[in-house]
Amino acid sequence: MGADFVQFSLVPILIGIFASVACALPGNFLILRRQALIGDAISHVVLPGVVVAFLITGVVAAIPMMLGAAGAAVVAVILIEAIKRLGGIEPGAAMGVVFTALFAGGVLLLEQSDTSKVHLDVEHALMGNLESLIWFRATGWESILDPVALASVPQELPRMAVVCVLIIVLVLTFWRWLKIATFDEGFAQALGIPAGALGFGLVITAAVAAVAAFDAVGSIVVIAMFICPPAAARLMANQLATQVWWSVAFAVLSAVLGYVFAGYGPLWFGSQNAVSAAGMIATVSGVILGLACLYGPHRARVGVGREEAA
Amino acid sequence: MNSFLDALLLNAGYNAALVAIGAGLLGFAAGSSGTFLFLRKRALVSDATAHATLPGVGIAFIIMVSMGYDGRSLIGLLLGSAVTAAIGLVIIEWIARRTRLAEDAAIGAVLGTFFGLGIVLLTIIQTMSSGRQAGLEGFLLGSTAGMLFQDAVVIAIGGSLVVFVTWLMRRPMTLVAFDAEYAAAMGYSVRRIDLLMMGLVMGVTVVGLKLVGLILIVAMLIIPPVTARFWTDRSGRVVWIAGVFGGASGYMGAALSASAPAMPTGPIIVLMAAAIFLFSLIFAPVRGVAAAIIRHHRFQRRVHRRQGLLSLSREEPIREKFTLRLLERDGLIRPDGVPTDTGRAQAARVSRDERRWDIAREVHQDAGLTGRYDGLTPIEEVFTPDEIQEFDRRLGPPVAVGGLA
Repeated sequence: MGADFVQFSLVPILIGIFASVACALPGNFLILRRQALIGDAISHVVLPGVVVAFLITGVVAAIPMMLGAAGAAVVAVILIEAIKRLGGIEPGAAMGVVFTALFAGGVLLLEQSDTSKVHLDVEHALMGNLESLIWFRATGWESILDPVALASVPQELPRMAVVCVLIIVLVLTFWRWLKIATFDEGFAQALGIPAGALGFGLVITAAVAAVAAFDAVGSIVVIAMFICPPAAARLMANQLATQVWWSVAFAVLSAVLGYVFAGYGPLWFGSQNAVSAAGMIATVSGVILGLACLYGPHRARVGVGREEAA
Repeated sequence: MNSFLDALLLNAGYNAALVAIGAGLLGFAAGSSGTFLFLRKRALVSDATAHATLPGVGIAFIIMVSMGYDGRSLIGLLLGSAVTAAIGLVIIEWIARRTRLAEDAAIGAVLGTFFGLGIVLLTIIQTMSSGRQAGLEGFLLGSTAGMLFQDAVVIAIGGSLVVFVTWLMRRPMTLVAFDAEYAAAMGYSVRRIDLLMMGLVMGVTVVGLKLVGLILIVAMLIIPPVTARFWTDRSGRVVWIAGVFGGASGYMGAALSASAPAMPTGPIIVLMAAAIFLFSLIFAPVRGVAAAIIRHHRFQRRVHRRQGLLSLSREEPIREKFTLRLLERDGLIRPDGVPTDTGRAQAARVSRDERRWDIAREVHQDAGLTGRYDGLTPIEEVFTPDEIQEFDRRLGPPVAVGGLA
């Protein structure tokens, strides 16, 4: 836990934690609303958004790319809704049509444009580059208080932290509304809560989390974090507040364990090279969900026969 | 354009022809087998299946290399991908059945976890066979550049098998897709048929992995069935229409990608399918958007015309601009708003129809017949002539409408 740790591992671990928490928080509500896969859809359409932003601006910079990705996410949500309404198609299939088509469009644009000189490819979009976010100027724990060294922290860290805090604030602000609208939309409307706008806002919030996290940690972590920690938490608690706390704990645990296993795990097996941290974080979150499915105190369904009816 | 035609006619070289035929077959198999999952409202299961193939590819590669074989053997890789995809499907089914999590959460969880594990394995492989380019990344987005005859044979055999089983099991699968409880009452095992549907999709996924890649094979399983649904309301036809759409987008997409540089096959095929979808969404005869708009306008015109004629018959002034335009265009009123002879005649008819309906609703209390009263349907379409005669008897003698003719 010396200087090496601060220089190489601290920043990625923190980014991983922030990204995981930012995704897991809206994930709780998405899962309860049966919209769990919207995170999957968003993380696919981020690619065309980023490519379009690159084609317009010609540079690989964070802000235009995040704007492009957010724009693509909004377009995708609108398209899904339009196809659902206009074609009378069930939500899952509408989602499948939209995100695969947009993703294909993104890959095509990427192939057509000259991106050979810049670091922009599909694998990067999937896996992120968590391992490369090194804090060069750090010399040890004391650097945390050193303004000169702090200035050279990879910019993904403050960005991700801001987004994470923003999402925490949003969830706290709209907590009562979200809670009521998630469990009983009709009741929420009767109370005068704009349930439709709230649902759209939730999806947009999820998109913001996905877009911010995607740059640093890649799509896989985003998809997994939207679903695995909240789903595992759902099996641990019957209270929404408790569930959210569990999901945050699981998200942090996945991020830390995932990074440690990816960075140091291979060394324990005598291998020299680290494996993909993003992939490992997703895997760990899945293992946690698996354990929750097997041993979670509230894993069983209340009442039977629902699935038979479905 | 010429090169596109060449590719369409299989004249663009051996590899291009191979890819086009393979993609066409794959598209047909994917479209027809994906239909039942779509009709069962579980289209995104195929998404999880596709992503769950990745760790299998990695594991198969590692095992084959560690046993001293060439890790790139397609059959081996596909077998591996089938194993993990099957495990993923069983886990989805288990989570949805045994825990209180909904199926979409189970799908997403399996998708994310398996894909993450797959990426971990890919990074291990990258460091493992340092000198040799494993080329497993091709499974993400597909690669057609090095397509061999053997690969086309794998697609042809696997695809035909899937189509054959789909055809064989179409009845029980249709039954389960539309009414699972009825199917259970008929003695079918819903769980087994569900597993079969997912198994077929898994088969297509595995077979198509090399060609279009695991992210885009999902599109070939979802888009053609959704498209086909626009063109028919009969489940038996949806399957084959979806197959044809899938096959067409596969074949044409492959031809298009062969005819121009920097046109990756997988995405082009998917965009082709998406284009057919878009066309169907707009122009399909009954369920399409254009048809819906036309229907809406027709309905609007009928309402305005009827209400306008009723106003004429009661000699009430009409102020609605659209109604006035409509009546004038049809020669029912003059520009100054005075009804023409035809207008008066039609107004009288509509008025009579309305009064007959009034009587009909008094006489027949049952909603089956009088429930069809919507202010638009002519009474002749609902009641028989002798019934109408009875209504007329109760109505009394005819009265002139809108002054003397």
